Amino acid sequence: MTRKISISDDALAIACGANKVAEAFRKLVPDAEIIRTSSWGMHWLEPLVEIDGQGFGPVSIRDVEAVISGTSDLSIGHIEEHPFLTKQNRLTFARAGKTQPLSLDDYEAMDGWMGYRAARKLGSDIIIEMILESGLRGRGGAGFPAGIKWRTVADTPGAQKYIVCNADEGDSGTFADRMLMEGDPYCLIEGMAIAGLAVGADKGFIYVRSEYPHAIAKLRTAIAHCANIVAPFDIEVRVGAGVYVCGEETSLLESLEGKRGEVRAKPPLPAIKGLFGRPTVVNNVLTLAAVPYILAHGARAYADYGMGRSRGTMPIQLAGNIKHGGLFETAFGISLGELVNDIGGGTASGKPIKAVQAGGPLGAYHPPAQFDLPFDYESFTKAGGLIGHGGIVVFDDSADMMAQARFAMEFCAAESCGKCTPCRLGSIRGLEIFDRMAKDADLKAKHRTDPVAALPQMHNAPKDRARTISSDLQLIRDLCDTMEYGSLCALGGFTPYPVMSAIKNWPEDFGG
Amino acid sequence: MKGKKESKTVVQEAWIKELVLKNPAKYLLIDDIVSKHKNMEGSLLPILHDIQFEFGCVEDETKRYLANVLNLTRAEIQGIVSFYHDFANAPSPLPIIKLCGAEACQARGYRKLRDEIGVVANGRCQIETVYCLGLCSAGPSAMIGSDVHAQLNTEKLRHLIEAL
Repeated sequence: MTRKISISDDALAIACGANKVAEAFRKLVPDAEIIRTSSWGMHWLEPLVEIDGQGFGPVSIRDVEAVISGTSDLSIGHIEEHPFLTKQNRLTFARAGKTQPLSLDDYEAMDGWMGYRAARKLGSDIIIEMILESGLRGRGGAGFPAGIKWRTVADTPGAQKYIVCNADEGDSGTFADRMLMEGDPYCLIEGMAIAGLAVGADKGFIYVRSEYPHAIAKLRTAIAHCANIVAPFDIEVRVGAGVYVCGEETSLLESLEGKRGEVRAKPPLPAIKGLFGRPTVVNNVLTLAAVPYILAHGARAYADYGMGRSRGTMPIQLAGNIKHGGLFETAFGISLGELVNDIGGGTASGKPIKAVQAGGPLGAYHPPAQFDLPFDYESFTKAGGLIGHGGIVVFDDSADMMAQARFAMEFCAAESCGKCTPCRLGSIRGLEIFDRMAKDADLKAKHRTDPVAALPQMHNAPKDRARTISSDLQLIRDLCDTMEYGSLCALGGFTPYPVMSAIKNWPEDFGG
Repeated sequence: MKGKKESKTVVQEAWIKELVLKNPAKYLLIDDIVSKHKNMEGSLLPILHDIQFEFGCVEDETKRYLANVLNLTRAEIQGIVSFYHDFANAPSPLPIIKLCGAEACQARGYRKLRDEIGVVANGRCQIETVYCLGLCSAGPSAMIGSDVHAQLNTEKLRHLIEAL
């Protein structure tokens, strides 16, 4: 019997050396069958090698011989019994690690196209009813109920309608879209085809960021392979051009139309006037990829997971300075502390956790004091943060929170589309204030014995009313207020979240 | 009206001929790219991507030529090219390393790596910061061409630069 050796061809596994490891196995055991699968999501073990169900990781080319001869100490036992996996509820990522991404046979064998076949029999109204009943909310960040969006598009008259998949996953700490597109592209295509049936659209676009070349290649091949299965629904992959703000749905539509990716003021909603002015469903990858499960297993089966108004499961991405980083799909309601400590194993550096940023670059920094926060939309909103796309980035105690707050402003300045003033200019002003504060702190350290020289440098400022740290922080607060309520989209509107949470929770880092 | 339009066309054709004569192969390739995409809706980004891939940049003359064939103004093309980070006005003389500088990589030592690698990179390659390569649990990471590298430190990145 030929031995089967499975190694992931996910971009992260490759970045950790999976291709070289696969090549080494091929040379050492030429009669073995080397299978390139999707990733299990246990990133600290990549490249993870599976031989007859037994896992070894992280395997480097030096370990290959020992793994084959059975003397390796990298064994993690039976992969599917690994606690990181047994603790999860994998609905969207049910096939992760088990199938070859582009194999239609593998997909079919694990419930593939089951939802699509059901949808074809059920028809538009019942599909939308099921999505509403499942409680599925947009997994891209805003959390808007998917069923309501679909209903709006279905009810809006129009000769041509579109399904647009937002695959511009630009948030730091998020990679679930990438993993799904690379590891299970048919699942996304199936979800889009179901959405097409629901709203009466026969054309779909997947807008993928250019930083994901592996995902782009896989999607293009997958679409060609299954074109006849989802026909007449037709999907085109479009590649972004390195701009973060194009992940905002209206910017994305502008970009798809071949223009500058500037945000549009809403209304009109994209559901009514979207791509090329036509009714358009814009959903994130994870939203669309959750759809086949709902259609195949029923709305209740999905809605039974979760808490409150956050139903179903969320593929949570554990990232940054974390020991056990990777993809962890679970029902809403698990606490932040459980995620980073029990499942993530604390920091990779072994130092204490200082801050956890949830929800990408626009999400708040949470101190360990907030670790009992349940992971669901409402709880995070109440705590002044957001779950966004489910990314969690851990920082150890070497993090400088003023540098992180400054970076939030810098990022906003670099990525602003420029359409609205609070975002375009506010971010630059914020950056300047932080730089001035840092300079002041430097000067104070240098001139500790000379209080006059330590006074801030505005030459015409009255000496007794000179700027202080607290007046600068007040200025930041006012600025954040303007940005939050005056910006057109989430980039300017949510940049205050990381900034204000850092100031609030770590005042000592701001020289106060 | 008609006469005016015709005279404009003649003027445009004169400069186009001059452009094309200077580098016929280039404009033949651009024509191919345009005709490959022009029937799709919102074709400009796919066209610019192909041009950037073929020539390493979208030059001013190319923008002028494209404006003419796509019936857009040069200002529109310039506005779009300058908006997107992926499109360059001139080709980079050095190989480009895209180093991820987003928060997750910051938490794993991006700042230190960036400071230390500057000296090594000097003159050998151009280091660009990108925000997120989606390898957030194994940073710091970088992309060279479409090859991705994770778990970087100064030593590993130095080897990558030396192998360029």
